Amino acid sequence: METMHSVLPALILISPLVGFFINGVVLPLSLKGFAKTPPNTAGGVATAFIAFSFVLALFAFAKLSGSHEAAPSLIINCFEWFNFGGLNIPFELRIDKLSGLLVLIITGIGTLIHLYSTSYMHDDEGVGRYFSYLNLFCFNMLLLVMGNNLPLLFFGWEGVGLCSYLLIGFWYTDTVKANAGKKAFIVNRVGDLGFLIGMFLLFKQFGTLNLPDIINMLKDPMVVEQLMPSVTLICLSLFVGATGKSAQLPLYVWLPDAMSGPTPVSALIHAATMVTAGVYMIARLSPLFELSPIALSVIAHVGALTALFAGSIAVAQTDIKKVLAYSTVSQLGFMFLACGVGAYQTAVFHLMTHAFFKALLFLGSGSVIHACSGEQDMTKMGALKKHLPHTHVTMLVGSLAISGIPFFSGFFSKDEILYSSIALPGGVSYLFIIGVLTAILTAFYTGRMMSLTFYGDKRYSHDVEHHLHESPGLMIFPLYVLAALAAFGGFLGVPHLLGDYLGHMPHYLSHWLDPVVASKHLPLVGVKIPLHEGVVMAGSSVLAIISYFAGVKLFKKHMFVKDVVGSFFAPFEKVLSNKYYVDELYGVIVINPIKKFSTISANIIDKYIFDGAVNGIGSQVKKIGSGLRALQTGDIQTYALMMVMGLLVLIFFILKVLV
Amino acid sequence: METTSCLLTWIIFSPLIFALVAFFTPTAFENKLRTLTLIQTLISAVLGIVLYFNFDGVESGPQLVHLVSWMPDWGINYLVSIDGISLPLVMLTAFVSPIAILGTWPAVGVELKKEKFFVMMLMLLQTGMYGTFLAADMFLFYFFWEVVLIPMFFLIGIWGGKERIYATIKFFLYTMVGSLLMLVAIFFMLKTSSQSGTTSAAMFHLSNLHFAFDPTSFWTVITSPQTLLFLAFALAFVIKVPMVPFHTWLPDAHVQAPTVGSVFLAAVLLKLGTYGLMRIAIPFFPEAAYYFSNFFILMGVIGIIYGAFCALAQTDFKKLVAYSSVSHMGFIMIGLFAFQKVAIAGALYQMINHGISAGGLFLIVGFLYERLHTRDLNEFGGLSKTVPLMAIGFMIMTLSSVALPGTNGFVGEFPILLGAFQVKPMFVLFAGSGVILGAVYALKAYQMVMLGPATRTDLDHLHDLNTKEIIAMVVLAIFVFGIGFFPKTFFWKSDATLDHYSNSVISKVGPQ
Repeated sequence: METMHSVLPALILISPLVGFFINGVVLPLSLKGFAKTPPNTAGGVATAFIAFSFVLALFAFAKLSGSHEAAPSLIINCFEWFNFGGLNIPFELRIDKLSGLLVLIITGIGTLIHLYSTSYMHDDEGVGRYFSYLNLFCFNMLLLVMGNNLPLLFFGWEGVGLCSYLLIGFWYTDTVKANAGKKAFIVNRVGDLGFLIGMFLLFKQFGTLNLPDIINMLKDPMVVEQLMPSVTLICLSLFVGATGKSAQLPLYVWLPDAMSGPTPVSALIHAATMVTAGVYMIARLSPLFELSPIALSVIAHVGALTALFAGSIAVAQTDIKKVLAYSTVSQLGFMFLACGVGAYQTAVFHLMTHAFFKALLFLGSGSVIHACSGEQDMTKMGALKKHLPHTHVTMLVGSLAISGIPFFSGFFSKDEILYSSIALPGGVSYLFIIGVLTAILTAFYTGRMMSLTFYGDKRYSHDVEHHLHESPGLMIFPLYVLAALAAFGGFLGVPHLLGDYLGHMPHYLSHWLDPVVASKHLPLVGVKIPLHEGVVMAGSSVLAIISYFAGVKLFKKHMFVKDVVGSFFAPFEKVLSNKYYVDELYGVIVINPIKKFSTISANIIDKYIFDGAVNGIGSQVKKIGSGLRALQTGDIQTYALMMVMGLLVLIFFILKVLV
Repeated sequence: METTSCLLTWIIFSPLIFALVAFFTPTAFENKLRTLTLIQTLISAVLGIVLYFNFDGVESGPQLVHLVSWMPDWGINYLVSIDGISLPLVMLTAFVSPIAILGTWPAVGVELKKEKFFVMMLMLLQTGMYGTFLAADMFLFYFFWEVVLIPMFFLIGIWGGKERIYATIKFFLYTMVGSLLMLVAIFFMLKTSSQSGTTSAAMFHLSNLHFAFDPTSFWTVITSPQTLLFLAFALAFVIKVPMVPFHTWLPDAHVQAPTVGSVFLAAVLLKLGTYGLMRIAIPFFPEAAYYFSNFFILMGVIGIIYGAFCALAQTDFKKLVAYSSVSHMGFIMIGLFAFQKVAIAGALYQMINHGISAGGLFLIVGFLYERLHTRDLNEFGGLSKTVPLMAIGFMIMTLSSVALPGTNGFVGEFPILLGAFQVKPMFVLFAGSGVILGAVYALKAYQMVMLGPATRTDLDHLHDLNTKEIIAMVVLAIFVFGIGFFPKTFFWKSDATLDHYSNSVISKVGPQ
């Protein structure tokens, strides 16, 4: 493995931090007040700094691809973070082929979303604060992927959680939004505890938390043998962390609520980057996870179930952002399914295409919401196509991509996941079926969303109609860039089967990731279910197309939405639109007991038991005191004598015991 | 032990000299007393910096020793010295003092008549704290330990809230009970030392004594002299920490104390307890300490969880922060009794870090109380827009308190948990829930004060932080992030001592 010392990772990391300081400290100071920064200045500064990172990231990427080594990496040791008592954690950044790809995604999509935000947040009085948070988020996210040891990764991991908290509750005067931010932070913390425990276990086994060291040591069979008894525990602990950050069952509950943040935030943090951190972590540690078939199986099952579960909820949501939120949870489930069957590269592939099309869909929904004067309820939209032509076209591309319509990006990555789940030794046949079902649901709810928003009857009010307008160029431009990526991004990972027809087009991504992420050969015919890859591909394409158009057609007519869904699926729909009552369940089994126990602790245990004992002793002493009042003579010498005698008795007693 | 210097003595007694100056200040100048206190604390801070640069980080033993004969017949001397364990705590005191004064500058000279006594008590308090951290003579340690009680007694008893008398007596009696046993133990140690030839209360001498410890059965253990001595010292110290179930004096004392008292109490006084454990109880009686280590770790874990639950139920902001101290100090207990290198270092760091975050949080409580005359969380809400600087300061302290990486809180908690996990994984699993619960109550407090709709109607009069308060918060914030990013830079001078300490303590209880 070749390591090149380079200052690039540090510059990429620091640039958004500088932007954060300018927007968060320098500008408020020089303008003598918060909320005084002109919106274009705030947006311009923030965009410039993240764009600078993107340019540097391109350089880094070029350097990596120019290297002749199989696994080149750019590395910089900034300073010693911890170093005592055998715990050595340098502040070391590394860009290798995996983190390099993610750095590109983060800074690239980040720049587009900053640009979009400049227009979207233009009239918000907290625009300076918004951009400082957004830059701070990018800093932490970059640290997460570039950190060369687990504590540094955890630094970024918690840091993005903080920014997510700050941005979800960005409009903090609304209690609901502030609560959503708090919920996100706390639920993530539950996962973080798992991550911490995983780290502690790793440290116990390896004596180090440096990622390359751990990966290298895994090549030693002796180490592996020693590791075997605890490896499942380690992997599962780390996976608990992933379920928190990447919103998987049972810790996904914060993500739908997180939609109360500004929409570009949902696009950047809650779709394209932060929520994929768990997938990145597992891909990063794939040689470790490979050692525990049990943990992998758990991951695959959790992923598949989350995918289906969240996908089914998405079908019944009427809030456009909620549809996308549950869709994100569902797609993340797909990624974990891929990880769980051992197709880590495929998970990263889907991570990338999902970043493209989901960021696109979120930004598009932002454009729709913007146009409809802040309305998010799709039942009050409809027939927006002619008013928002650019938004419609780009979102259509995103929808086709997520639905897996052939040759859009999602088609390639999703297909690879589905096929992997029966073609790889770690696959399970019923997980494949769950995956296919989810894919059908995905296409269906996406079609439904498009239909309710852009087609059919118009259901918006006069006021809304009056203000309807296509978004300005600054918002449309990122949509088109992302649409291009969502349309063609999949060609980075063309399967061999199709690649042969396309003039021997290779699976670029797989070649790129091979040296750093564990990979497996996909046979042409499934192992678990003997289906040919082509059959799976064709079958899932047909199903996707049918269900997408079913979604579009069924919901085109307002009548159908109300009557058929209303009467026929009423009970079913009620459960779905209430999200299976999971939030209520958590309320009953977690939140209320905590509240109750804390009240008991403070108002009963502390007051009557601990303090009661103290006060009880106090009042007993008082009673004895008044009983002994007879001894009170008022003669100081008597007191002194008694004190000395008392002390002597005490000392005598203690010395007797001791000596 | 070669270098002799008066520097430590200056550090200890310069506040006392200023107290005398304050005492003789003519009535006409009494409104300048606050400025005098500020000057005094700033001088202490400068002395602290001088000390830092004079401190040799390579040396693991005590240095800058100053010896003056006091009661030679008893082997008791005025003996002060410093090592890598006391250095950060002295620095903490030196920096927190001016911050506490700046951050609690009263509106106008309230109750000037009593003020003279007030500042004198503040100065005496500092002398007591420095003395306790620097004493190298067992009796001198006890002396300063008790000195600290007096100013605290008056600070709460005179300038406290409505139930100050109850609070101050509870505080006083609780700590007295503990220290009396400690006194007896000290006398016993002195007696043993004289039997062994030299009568000396110097710590380095006493630490070489070995007290019998018989681990054959529980009964032989608890009747072993070492155990009894350990328990006598430990009781005095854990009351101060405070460790559950001896913690109930703390919320009362905090709620009643004036803000400046609370800041000192949380930032420095609690650390006297953990410092005592680290300086005396554990290294002097390692076998007994190790024998009971599971118990103390368990109490630490209970403290973390129980303190967090109690904090969660509070509507009194100050009480919430007080219970959060109970919770955070539990981490230090775990670190100290884990008998593991990384955890021990983390415990020392956590002492400093908790001082910074809790001090900062109490300052915030004070800012709000002075402006709105309430501590009830339900009476705040949506203040962020009116007082953005305070909101930022509060957020930074909250992040430090929830131990976010990049803040000082993480630098303490992470090594403690990581280190303790290597030897006591089950305990850490439970202690880890503090990571979650800590976020629950801290964010709850932040939200109830700063976020949501503004409910009060008198917000027009609410002014943001003034210059002095800004300076106080900025200095704290620099420490929060400075330590968070560069813990080495702040703590490297403690490395040698910590290394020596952990090695000797761990070697005495056998390899793990």
